[in-house]
Amino acid sequence: MDIASKPRLHWQVAQVLDVRPETASASTLGLAVPGWAGHLAGQHIDLKLTAEDGYSAQRSYSLSKPPDGERIELTIQQIPDGEVSPYLTGLTAGDEIELRGPIGGWFVWRPGEATRVLLVGGGSGIVPLMAMLRQRTAAGAARFRLVYSVRSPADVYYGQELDRLERECDWLQVVRVFTRTGPPHTARPPGRIESSDLSSPGWGPADGVSTYVCGPTGFVESVTTLLIKQGHQPSAIRTERFGPSTESRNEDR
Amino acid sequence: MSVVNKGFHGRRTETVVELPPGQHLTTDFPVLQTGPTPHIDVERWRLTIRDEHGAVHKWTWAQFNELPSRPITVDIHCVTKWSKLNTRWRGVSLDTVLESVGTAAEFALVRCYGGYTTNIPVRDLRGERAWIVYEYDGMPLSAIHGGPARLLVPHLYFWKSAKWVRSIELRADDDPGFWESLGYHNYGDPWREQRYVGD
Repeated sequence: MDIASKPRLHWQVAQVLDVRPETASASTLGLAVPGWAGHLAGQHIDLKLTAEDGYSAQRSYSLSKPPDGERIELTIQQIPDGEVSPYLTGLTAGDEIELRGPIGGWFVWRPGEATRVLLVGGGSGIVPLMAMLRQRTAAGAARFRLVYSVRSPADVYYGQELDRLERECDWLQVVRVFTRTGPPHTARPPGRIESSDLSSPGWGPADGVSTYVCGPTGFVESVTTLLIKQGHQPSAIRTERFGPSTESRNEDR
Repeated sequence: MSVVNKGFHGRRTETVVELPPGQHLTTDFPVLQTGPTPHIDVERWRLTIRDEHGAVHKWTWAQFNELPSRPITVDIHCVTKWSKLNTRWRGVSLDTVLESVGTAAEFALVRCYGGYTTNIPVRDLRGERAWIVYEYDGMPLSAIHGGPARLLVPHLYFWKSAKWVRSIELRADDDPGFWESLGYHNYGDPWREQRYVGD
């Protein structure tokens, strides 16, 4: 049976194994989930925090890595006024949280798929895309192109790993888009993602590209509009959005 | 076994209404969809209802706007955990639409511009609790929120309130829709927290 359609998702207790900072405001949590049956790259989990008086709050978080036995990883962007994320980024090894999953069978990539994969991520929207990229390093034959848009170099998640993968993997192209401040000595002036950032020889509408776009609502709207103007079929574009429709900021999902 | 997260207090929003389990309030209006936003010209828009005998009923945009409409104020609950109170819409009751079709079918499969589908029992489309809406907050419904017209079935999780509604197929058997085929609950009652298969 497909992992995506596995029946009945039970709440499970997960133990924090390690917490690694990705940026000043985002951390990756390594968790041990006894009996974890695996997941697809791009899937998410539901997580529940319970206060001493029984009050509880749930949120969804994307898994940032493909399955690794009973170990899973999440990357959490801390939202200053968030209800859940500041608590999560403050967890330490040995702490326990409840979660269930994996959830979502649409925004996923399977290693058996051979078509070219265009990943377009805005801010913390990189997380499920990174799971796909990491899945590809383990298995598969598809060519990947990642377009990753962030405000400044300090906001890049998985920076060293992306640099290394870009050097080592001949099947991978990485394009970094800085919207406010770019690193020194880069040709592209800072600014929002444009049509030219998304087009490249071999990655046009006729090349049979599967596209995954993840980010704040405004980002996903603007990227999908550009792609469709270039002639990409809407049916070949999968999206995952977060945050309000009125402004482009991330929030607890 | 349940965990108490020491030091977690949460944000207790004082609300007059109780929320379904696991939900929290938002004042924004998040957008969740599986692909790009379809932009549908109302000149090309059609609503089609196919009944269980294969008979087809069609409305153009102008014809649909002639049907009696009413303002609707409801709370909505998304499976991704946000709830939004007192959302204001205008649209046509499914009672009105189904009356003109005269069906005895038990199940409905809703199809949308862009390819999305969702299944709903016909009894949940009746009784003044399901509408096809074309205004939000006094304005024409924007494409990003499902315009020109979307389903509004607020007593179920909001994925059932399909955006960009195009047709309703009335059926003798139940045919799972998009999310219902991908691990989400077939019915989706937020008050019973029916998020996923088996809930």
